[in-house]
Amino acid sequence: MNRMPSVETTVESDAIAVERTLAGDRDAFRVLVERHSRNVYRLAYRMTGNQHDAEEVVQEAFLRAYQKLSQFASRANFGTWVYRIAANYAIDRMRQKKSEDSNRALPARETEDGTEIDLMSTVPDSAPSPERLAQSGQLAVQMRRALSQLTPAERTAFVMRHWGGSGIEEIADALKSSTSAAKNTVFRSVQKLRKALEPFVEQRGQARAMGTEL
Amino acid sequence: MKHPKEEELIAYHDGEAAGREMIATHLGDCPECQAELARIDALLAALNTIPVPEPGEDYGQRVWQQISPRLPLRRGHWWDFLFSEPKSVPWFAPRRWAAAGAIAALVLAAFIAGRISKPNAPGAPVAVDQTKVRERILVMAVGEHLGRSEMVLVELANSGPETAGQKEVNISGEQRRAEDLLEENRLYRQTALEQGDTALAGVLDELERVLLDVAHSPQQVTPAQLEGIRQRIEARGILFKVRVVGKELQQREESGSTPAKPSSSAKSERNKV
Repeated sequence: MNRMPSVETTVESDAIAVERTLAGDRDAFRVLVERHSRNVYRLAYRMTGNQHDAEEVVQEAFLRAYQKLSQFASRANFGTWVYRIAANYAIDRMRQKKSEDSNRALPARETEDGTEIDLMSTVPDSAPSPERLAQSGQLAVQMRRALSQLTPAERTAFVMRHWGGSGIEEIADALKSSTSAAKNTVFRSVQKLRKALEPFVEQRGQARAMGTEL
Repeated sequence: MKHPKEEELIAYHDGEAAGREMIATHLGDCPECQAELARIDALLAALNTIPVPEPGEDYGQRVWQQISPRLPLRRGHWWDFLFSEPKSVPWFAPRRWAAAGAIAALVLAAFIAGRISKPNAPGAPVAVDQTKVRERILVMAVGEHLGRSEMVLVELANSGPETAGQKEVNISGEQRRAEDLLEENRLYRQTALEQGDTALAGVLDELERVLLDVAHSPQQVTPAQLEGIRQRIEARGILFKVRVVGKELQQREESGSTPAKPSSSAKSERNKV
């Protein structure tokens, strides 16, 4: 009989492991690391877009979780908690990287309301034409490109909302913003992605319909 | 109703409840908004196809090996040093467990020696206190052992295929820990027998059989084999017994009393299952 572990039993078992870690048994923390690493990795990869950074985010998230474990409310869900720590760290790291990159290349710019502008997105696009992309099946490349052009806050909001299934409050917590600002950031991210990708997605749809997709 | 805004349609796609019914009604009558929602659906569906590289089955273990040397020691119980690893030695290194076993054996030896050489002279409070300390050390050590055994059993009870189609489940982590716990378990069982605590020895004996069962299972088991292990654990009611005895030992530790034999109520609780 196939039996998937239920959320309740996982939370219960996590709570035991947290308690034992707090009592000084470090091996108990290993259980939590082994259980939640892959999920945190998936989030981190989608946020950072590369394996190396994702692995660093995972390690740092668990190190921070261990250090802050006494602040963790035992009735909460450890998986969700460590996920949020990872999102927090990933956004800081992306901001830092962007800032380093812009210092090297172009000066950073912000709008009046403090919204970050990714100057890379204003550089003339030398990407292949939509026709070529649709024909060569490089939509995934274009999607990665569009995601990389989101600001760290937008990317975090998008990943947490659409891949992590997080609620607006959780996203607001990670972005350290109000819920209405978080809602707006989610919307802006989808809007930007639509603008960048819809022509390619529609072309793929048409190619599929005509049976010409490669 | 006027056309919903783009952000409202995106929120609708995300399953947000606010204004949902009104938007749904509008969508039923408005092909333009239906097409707009279909475009949002198509875009987000396309984004879902971006692959995430699979980090591998042992990823969690690798993360642990990378971070464990960087974890600061917590102020816990005195026996932490038995279970914490030096920076350069992985947690499963045999020499670490050998050291832990040796120390556990010393604790036991001290305890037994204390029992045998217990002075008869009245008015020797220091010696009596030492015996009590030794007994409390054993109570704590067995309590800790039962706690870690409980965690392995809970882990097994919770493990299962991650996807419905997965043919095998890796239980190598639980298996390794069961092997480690076996040695300790034998020592504690023998000591309990020597002390005449047959009820505790009985529970440890049952726990030993379950740990043996887990330790001798293949590293990769089919869901059916895993269910078999789980049923054998459940049939013995060992998880419940371990919890009851663990709780009893905790109470003993907290009260500082060291009854030679467990109370009859505790015994009957253990034997309920």
